[in-house]
Formats: sequence, structure tokens, C-alpha cells
Amino acid sequence: MVVGSTIEPTLGQADKALDVENLEVVYNDVVLVLRGVSLNIARGAIVTLLGANGAGKTTLLRAVSGLLELHRADATKGSIRLDGHDVTRLASASRVGKGLAQVMEGRRIFTSLTVEENLRSGGIAAASRSEANDTFGRMLEMFPVLARRLHDVAGYLSGGEQQMLAIGRALMSGPSMLLLDEPSLGLAPRVVEQIRDVVVEVNRHGTSVLLVEQNAAMALSIADHGYVMEHGRIVREGPASSLLADRDIAEFYLGGGTDRRSYADVKTYRRRKTWGA
Amino acid sequence: MSSSGWNLTGDALAETLFSGVAVGCKYALVALGFVIVFKATKVLNFAQASFVLVGGFLCWQMAVTWELNFYVALLAAMVGGAVLGMVVEQLLMRRLLGEPPFALIMLTVGVLYVLDNVTTAIWGPEDRGLQDPWGSRTVDLGAVNLAVADLWTIGVTSAALLAFYLFFGHSSLGLAMRATADDQEAALAVGIDARTVHRVSWAVAGALGALAGIMLASGAGSVGPGLGLIALVAFPAMILGGLESPLGAVVGGLVIGMAQQLTALLQPEFAPWLGSGFERVAPYAIMVAILLVRPYGLFGEREVRRI
Repeated sequence: MVVGSTIEPTLGQADKALDVENLEVVYNDVVLVLRGVSLNIARGAIVTLLGANGAGKTTLLRAVSGLLELHRADATKGSIRLDGHDVTRLASASRVGKGLAQVMEGRRIFTSLTVEENLRSGGIAAASRSEANDTFGRMLEMFPVLARRLHDVAGYLSGGEQQMLAIGRALMSGPSMLLLDEPSLGLAPRVVEQIRDVVVEVNRHGTSVLLVEQNAAMALSIADHGYVMEHGRIVREGPASSLLADRDIAEFYLGGGTDRRSYADVKTYRRRKTWGA
Repeated sequence: MSSSGWNLTGDALAETLFSGVAVGCKYALVALGFVIVFKATKVLNFAQASFVLVGGFLCWQMAVTWELNFYVALLAAMVGGAVLGMVVEQLLMRRLLGEPPFALIMLTVGVLYVLDNVTTAIWGPEDRGLQDPWGSRTVDLGAVNLAVADLWTIGVTSAALLAFYLFFGHSSLGLAMRATADDQEAALAVGIDARTVHRVSWAVAGALGALAGIMLASGAGSVGPGLGLIALVAFPAMILGGLESPLGAVVGGLVIGMAQQLTALLQPEFAPWLGSGFERVAPYAIMVAILLVRPYGLFGEREVRRI
């Protein structure tokens, strides 16, 4: 069964930038974290994945980018396809070679290296050195704030600058599919807006985007399609506009009523709801 | 004539400092091998001492038994050390990737003992001269005698450090290694092949270890099972400098080398009650003293915990 067929009923294998099918992931051989997740991203689309902490969003991204092994986890069932190629068993470096890039949660820039070295490290996987140099030039245009601080040690950048650097580093390999894990986390509203603009800009140049966000309002405002994950399963999916209009989603992720509820409140609310039952 | 019987001359002091630098260079080479593996893989590699041992024996085998040109033998032994490092990584370390670091460290201790015994089984327990072209020759600088082997040691170490610096600072593999050392998962995520990085780290450590072994055995030294033990003196050098810092390894090596030579010169004069051979204890005493003041070593990095 093809999930996500609501936008394009005849979405063929070749039109999908990413196609995850019935994926099951187990940690330490015992803890089942993903319980048959199916999700796909049409080429050129922005798709957002919403869900509370612990729903399995980061695990899904790890599975897609090939980082499960490092966390003693394993994909026990299902498949992951990038641009039609099965990459379920490929090493992370090979997936980057096939056009995948990831911005991890918490930015994870190389804090002891300079801004330039961080960007260059993202270009090591690029097809050729001249291509990496071209991309490097484009990144400096796209992120003037990085161009100004090229020789500074990256650990001393502000949170927003570090997030820009993390995105720039991921783009250095010239990806066709970009995974973003909570890029707005802990950043000021103005910076979140800048990041949103960057994501839209990157997408406009043809890169498909999977955006994992707690900031559902921001994510749904730019996404074409959205998925909601809970306890390792996809529980809702649909066009971003219909998710925005959904009452449950509004309650959990957008903050119901007139006063905007922060995510922390929603989390406590959810906990009470589960424990109280 | 001084009343205390003080007969230390400026020339003797200069000679001691010079040989201290040379000894320190040898320790620096060993410590650098430790550091590169630790940076890339977070494994404290005790097998580094056996790379030193095997390197010395390989060079002896080629230069003395097979009568190859000494410098050819030196380079070939370094290649041999690099291959040995890669084999250890490929056959053993890789299989425990992702396991607790403690298991990996114990594995390297196992490798140390196995390689120690294998070398003794192959080459026997006796010490032998490396028959290097430097021998015990000295050059005279006024009244100061400098051992040719020491001059070569300092030259070769400087060249190795320069190559190391250029490789790390200016090659894309070097950048990949620094990125991996900084954040392995993030490095994987940007497409850096961790296996290549690990393999190259172990190869460089093997080559540096072999070079250190040859330098330790050259001049007044000899090739024998004790070579690996001498290499373990580099351990305080590495800890002193900070496990993560190549610069620290070099500075630590020099500090330990100088301290050892100065102790050998001064201690019988000023503190004869400490007994003979105190210079072998001095490196550890200094390590303890510095760690008390700076628990992360001179150039160590405090571990940054991510939230």
C-alpha cells in the first residue's frame, strides 16, 4: 500500500525522493521503537513529520540516514528507498553518495573546527572537488553570516548561526533529499523565521525536504504534506492544509484556543492524560 | 672548588638537555601514535607499545639479517608497522565497534601481550644492536659532544611531525579525521566513511610506533623484548599532554624526556638517598603531579556533555 497517495494518486516509485515502507526498528535487540512505519516524500516536496518526544521521529531519521548501528539499533523489517534505490542495508556514507543529507537534532556542528572546515567537511562526500568548491561559494552567498565568520571556531557561534552552519554543511554534498531534525529547537522566533526561509529556498532549488518539527505551526506553514507519529506508528497523515485544520492536531501541536500553548505545556498535558487514564 | 663537591659543568648540562630532547622526541613519536588512535576511536591503545617492538625487530631483520640499506629498512619497517596497525583494526577492533570502550581497551591489552610473545618467539629474547649507520658516533660542538643518533632522532621526528601537521591540517582525509574525532555521528551523517578514518588512524599509529621503535633502538639502544617496555614510558607523556592533543603528545614527550635525563644527571648529586635508577620513576612522578593540578593534562580538552 502506498501511503501519501492523497496528493498524487499515481505516484510511481521513480517520483518518490524517499520511500519508507513498513519499517520496524529494534534497539538493543529488544526495544521495539518503530512499529511498521510507512512514509514517502514526492520529489520536490516538503513533508513534515510531527510527534511528541519519544514518538520515534529521530529513530526514523537515523534509520533513513544509516546511523542505527551506532545506537545499537537495527531495522528488523521493511525497506527504505532513496530515489527508487533500496538503501536499507547501505552504510551512511553510501547514502550521502546517493543524494541524502541530514541536519541532526541539536545542530551537531564540529565545535572544535572552524566554520570553513565545517563546511568543507560536508563537501568531502561531494562528487568532485570542483563541485564542492562551487557549492562552497553558493553557501557563502546563501549564508552571509557564515561568510563573515569563516575562520572562527564554530563552537563560538550563536545558536542560530550554528543551525545555519549545520544546514550549510549538509547542503555541501549537493543533496537531492534533505532531512532536518528540529531545526527551530531553542531558537528565537526571528531566527526560526530565517530558518524557515532557508528551507523554502533550498526546496525551491529542487531538494526534497523531510522536516521533523515540534514547531508544528512553522512546519505546516511551509509543508505540502504532513505525517503525525505516536508510539512508533504513523497515526495521521494528509495535506498540510487539512492537518492545520484538524482539531486534535491543533490541540496537541498548535496549542488550542486563543492563547498559544508552548510545547512544554502540551507535553505536560499529554503526560497527565496518559498517566491519568 | 665548591664545598658540596658540585662538579656539574655547563657543557654537561647542555649535553644532557640535548639528549633529553632526543629522548623526548622518541616518546613524542610513541605518544603521537596513542593520541591519533584515541582521537579517532576513543580507544586507549596499549598495543601501541607492541607496534614499537615489532617496528624495531622488522628494521633489524631487514637491515642486519637481510643486509638491506638501513634507510630502506627504516621506511619498510614503517610500512610494516602501518600494515600491522591496519590488520589489528580490521581483524579485531572493527568487530567490537559500538561496544563499550572498556572492552576495546582490554582487547588492545590482549594484542599487546600476543604481539610481545610472538616477537619473542620469532626473534628470541636477547638484545641486539640495530647496526644503524649512526652508532655511537658523536659530533663535537666546542666542548659539547652530541650523539649523531640523537641528531637524526630530532631531525626525523621533526620531519614526521611536519608531515603529520600537513596531513591533518591540509588534506581532506585529515579533515575527515578531525571531524570524526569531534563528533563521530555527525561525521557519519555528512558522509565521512568512519571505517576509512579508523583504518588510516591505526595505520598512522603503526607507522609512528615503528619509527619510534627504530629510533629507540638506534645509537646506544638495542632491539629486544624490552623495547615495548621503554615505549610505555610514553604513556605518561601522552597523559601529561592530554589524551586528545597531538601538540600535547609532543610537549609531553619532551617534558618527560628532559625530566628523565636531568634526573639521571642531577639526582645522584643532589638526592642520592632516592637510590639508583630514579630517572625511571621520574616520568610517572611528574605525570601524577601535573594531573593533580590539571586533571585533563596540559592540553587536554574537558569533555563537553551534550544536553
